[in-house]
Amino acid sequence: MKKSVFFGAFAATALVSGMALAGTLDDVKARGELICGSNTGLTGFGAPDASGNWTGFDVDLCRAIAAVVLGDATKVKFLPTTGETRFTALQSGEVDVLVRNSTWTYSRDTELALDFVAVNYYDGQGFMVKKDLGVSSAKELDGATVCIQTGTTTELNLADFFKQNNISYQPVTVQDDSEAQRQYLAGACDAYTTDASGLAASRATMPDAENHIILPEIISKEPLGPVVRHGDSQWADVVRWTYYALLIAEEKGITSANVNEVAASSTDEEVKRLLGVSGDMGAKLGIGNDAFKNAIAAVGNYGEIFARNIGEGTTINLARGLNALWTQGGLQYAPPFR
Amino acid sequence: MAFASDAPKDGFRLSMLIYDTRYRSYTIQIVVLVLFAMAVAWLLNNTAQNLAARGKEFNFDFLWQRAGYDIGQQLIPYSNDDTHFRALLVGLVNTLVVAFWGCVFATILGVIIGVLRLSNNWLIGRLMTVYVEVFRNVPLLLWILLSYVILSETTPQPRDFRVTDEMIAAGEEPKASMILFDTVAVTNRGTNIPAPLFDRSLGSIQIGFLPVSLNLLAFIAVIIASVWANRRLLAHAKAVQEATGDRPVTWWKSLLILFGPVIALKFALGLHLEIPELKGFNFQGGILVAHSFTALLIALSLYTAAFIAEIVRAGILAISRGQTEAAFALGLRPNRTMSLIILPQALRVIIPPLISQYLNLTKNTSLGIAVSYLDLRGTLGGITLNQTGRELECMLLMMLIYLSISLIISALMNLYNRTVQLKAR
Amino acid sequence: MSETHAQTVTYVRDSMLPPAPPPVGERGAVKWLRENLFSSPLNIALTVLGVLIVWWLVSASLPWWLNSVWNASSLGQCREIVAASAGEGATGACWAMVRERWHQFIFGFYPPSEWWRPVLAFGLLFAALAPVLFAGQKRNLTLILGGVLAYLVVTLYLAGAPGVAFALSLLLVAGLLVVAQVAPGRLLWFTLIFPALCFWLLWGGSIWSPIVAMAGFGVLYAVFRFGSPFIGLAPAAGAGVVAAALWWLYIDHAIADRLQAALPFAIEAVRSDLFGGFLLAIVIGVTGIAFSLPIGILLALGRQSDMLIVKTLSVGFIEFIRGVPLITLLFTASLLLQYFLPPGTNFDIILRVIILVTFFAAAYLAEVIRGGLAALPRGQYEAADALGLDYWRAQRLIILPQALKISIPSIVSTFIGLFKDTTLVAFVGLMDPLKGVTQIVRADINWKGIYWEPYIFVGAIFFVICFGMSRYSMYLERKLKTDHR
Repeated sequence: MKKSVFFGAFAATALVSGMALAGTLDDVKARGELICGSNTGLTGFGAPDASGNWTGFDVDLCRAIAAVVLGDATKVKFLPTTGETRFTALQSGEVDVLVRNSTWTYSRDTELALDFVAVNYYDGQGFMVKKDLGVSSAKELDGATVCIQTGTTTELNLADFFKQNNISYQPVTVQDDSEAQRQYLAGACDAYTTDASGLAASRATMPDAENHIILPEIISKEPLGPVVRHGDSQWADVVRWTYYALLIAEEKGITSANVNEVAASSTDEEVKRLLGVSGDMGAKLGIGNDAFKNAIAAVGNYGEIFARNIGEGTTINLARGLNALWTQGGLQYAPPFR
Repeated sequence: MAFASDAPKDGFRLSMLIYDTRYRSYTIQIVVLVLFAMAVAWLLNNTAQNLAARGKEFNFDFLWQRAGYDIGQQLIPYSNDDTHFRALLVGLVNTLVVAFWGCVFATILGVIIGVLRLSNNWLIGRLMTVYVEVFRNVPLLLWILLSYVILSETTPQPRDFRVTDEMIAAGEEPKASMILFDTVAVTNRGTNIPAPLFDRSLGSIQIGFLPVSLNLLAFIAVIIASVWANRRLLAHAKAVQEATGDRPVTWWKSLLILFGPVIALKFALGLHLEIPELKGFNFQGGILVAHSFTALLIALSLYTAAFIAEIVRAGILAISRGQTEAAFALGLRPNRTMSLIILPQALRVIIPPLISQYLNLTKNTSLGIAVSYLDLRGTLGGITLNQTGRELECMLLMMLIYLSISLIISALMNLYNRTVQLKAR
Repeated sequence: MSETHAQTVTYVRDSMLPPAPPPVGERGAVKWLRENLFSSPLNIALTVLGVLIVWWLVSASLPWWLNSVWNASSLGQCREIVAASAGEGATGACWAMVRERWHQFIFGFYPPSEWWRPVLAFGLLFAALAPVLFAGQKRNLTLILGGVLAYLVVTLYLAGAPGVAFALSLLLVAGLLVVAQVAPGRLLWFTLIFPALCFWLLWGGSIWSPIVAMAGFGVLYAVFRFGSPFIGLAPAAGAGVVAAALWWLYIDHAIADRLQAALPFAIEAVRSDLFGGFLLAIVIGVTGIAFSLPIGILLALGRQSDMLIVKTLSVGFIEFIRGVPLITLLFTASLLLQYFLPPGTNFDIILRVIILVTFFAAAYLAEVIRGGLAALPRGQYEAADALGLDYWRAQRLIILPQALKISIPSIVSTFIGLFKDTTLVAFVGLMDPLKGVTQIVRADINWKGIYWEPYIFVGAIFFVICFGMSRYSMYLERKLKTDHR
């Protein structure tokens, strides 16, 4: 957007910045910058640090997309969106892609005219309680007060779960993760429910983590993934295959450290195609042949991203679990790159 | 400023549309109207195109779909099987409740603080000035967030109320106890207050969407009837006094008329209070007032009270010193002077700005978003909007409702204002 | 006299006694206490109550303040330090967070190397306001501009402004000071170009785009000036607006780009998503009020107008905006504006918020100005009519200058309200100082769980700014009152 419109009648803006919604890829290239809808601040998944650099699991996927499309992982603008504004921001073209732990559901996919292109994190809704509450199953939570974030699928799942089990609860709605955690720690709610990853992240940062347990019940499927506008399949392909490229890279053992070396020496045909050494796979998508190589070089493969931001060894300390590669008993599976 | 000029004698010329003041105002109005119509048409056209581009349609059918979410505070019955429309009503009632009590508390506090600020007690005067300045000059959002944090961080957990056998054996007191004769429990989840229960309830009737308790109606009817009867009694006493010079003794009759029927009705319906009790995780029974409500109410009342205090002070200061002196000369005591002479006159100055403070408070209830209070914005403009993706419909409907509330309040208050103002003579 | 006394009275005082000091209860501190604190039973009760409240507040929070920690890198470390110095279970403020993150509360993510730009713009804002507030008062103008100069010397040095910028800005303010001495009226020109200058300083980029955009107003004025003798005032104004719109739509960019190519002069562009904290609050508040002033005046005049349609539209707009909460308007900016504009239109959320905030402020200002218009004696209108002035001349020369002058205190109050309300932009995902920045600070693992400190820090800054402005508005009110009633 040209800044001079600040002065003019804003009709001017309307006409100047109007761009076709169809070709997001061309828009991004023309703009020279990817606009990525992100969280307003979720530890480990997407939050700016003291100097304003965004880091996190979701953020790295955005950077990978930027590296693929523009060849530079730093050419990303992160637009913080709230639970309420995120889908509108995407629909209106304010952001090119939404990577903000959004759950893939039927109605979001159909009614909201959005496309979920992949699942970068398999999650499920769980409960965390204090150990001294003496509860070992979510079904024992009859009459409990439950903290829950608004604007998410969790509130619907929660209502369904308690109804199915014919027990009652008192919802305490909160705005964001940090507020929920405060309430929970202060004892304002008996249980805190959100995605299990979020629970684990919260628990890891608590001063007395050993006093809190995450209950075994996972009451919903929460496939979280990047979202694009409906009806732009080229752009959807770019986002989807960027993500798969990161997965394949992990499968093939390509890391940000050895990517150049592998590109030069590999004999694996799929790896060669992925890194643009042979074939012209990039051209089919309208991107450079070495686009995926750039992405891997910039942010590393899926496993590296996971380990760096939320994996075991970080403060958040999440196990791969369902998000391990299919070869290691997880669900992360990329179609063949050919 | 249309001003009369000599009408030209000759016939109509086109240029007169611009230069002749008789026609110019029409020209301008028509131009404005055409521009306005074009702007509206442009907006509607854009909206239609945008809706089509997104494959959405504009209708309110979604209001009748199942809502599927729960609301913590519901003053009319609601479950997650009800429709979005009913969720909207629950939210609307929540908005109105917090606005009503906010106005009541803000007025009481504001008048007290405004009067105390003029007090000749140095300490109190300074304290009130500090209060007013601090609350006026910091955003309301901060007060809401702060009171929420204070409420949930400084109050005890429900389990602190628990008395176990070991504790009785050891002679220990529980860490926290209920207040107000063991009827109200303030925990960090909310305030549990006693609920009125009826052994022989009259049931309720359905008016539109809202069930109305007949018990409540019975009480209101009885109270109104008692008050009316009491006024008749007093009027009669006055008539007797004027006719005979002796005022009959009425106080015990008044008491009987005012309280007798209500007490009789209480026993007839078997009204008793259900005291909250600690069972399982939480206090059960009674009514749970969530902290999001309390925090919003406290913050709104304190914040608006600071503005009202200033209005009251200005109103009192606007009454000339002579009025006070005249009252003193008549031998009235200072508090009688205040209530009989100063306040009634100050009221005329106070009411108009007070109306706008009430309107502000009502609109500010939408800041409940900060503590996730599920008011109109939280239900219709929050979860419903989010789950259905109908932002256009939800936002327009929400604005319309807020606008209607504002217009109704200002209409009512202006009506009242007219009865208070001096009649122009 | 004294002789008779000398015979009849055994003792006569022949010198004046020094006046005895009043009794203990009637003097000094005791008297003051008795009169101001304990004059009646009610007052005694109130005083005791007041002392109890103060005591309770102080005793509850004093340890927390006293145990403040300024040097730590995380909340956990803070707590350890407090526990080590004041014993287990003691509470203490962790101001180390403010020490580490203060810049985000002030500037958001604005690049540190460019901090001098908002700082400079903020200083120049006062230089631009001065000619409006103190038109032609040499002494006050000099005072303000001198203050700005001193402010800039200190802050620009602290912000590490590059030498050229430092010198140029000081030169500019010094130049303004000279103008203030020679021709104070001319200073208004600076006020007129300030919006473009401020925009350029904050957002950066080529200097030509603001200049060329400002030239659009020149086009407007030129068309109006040369057109009015031929086609009359109103049509000329209309034609001017159309010409300016065409300029901005079609010619603006081409010329700006050519000029930039020919004479490149640009500073680093800063995207608006980097704006945050008080910088964002001030940008939204000040632009909102500045742009809403002309709209507000038009609306107020429209509401007073005899023309039914104009009046109805004005009243409708004002009442609609005043009837809905600001937060719904912000959500409109974030969710709905894209429905109302042509498909594919898309612009900055900050710009959209500013547009809606401008509408919001305009409706409130319209009512304020209407109050000013109503307070004007009827005779002023009649006098203007008697002089044969037409509507616009009467407004411009007689009515508005007086009405606006009466309204200045209320305009300042409206601005205070608006400035406080800018915190609501957090709900549409912008980084306001109160909730937005606090939230990202708390998303950092080091500062997870810090609640009181950010609120107190931000609240204190808001208090200082708003309290200062409200005092200033009271001062203005007193000053303006003397010559009007």
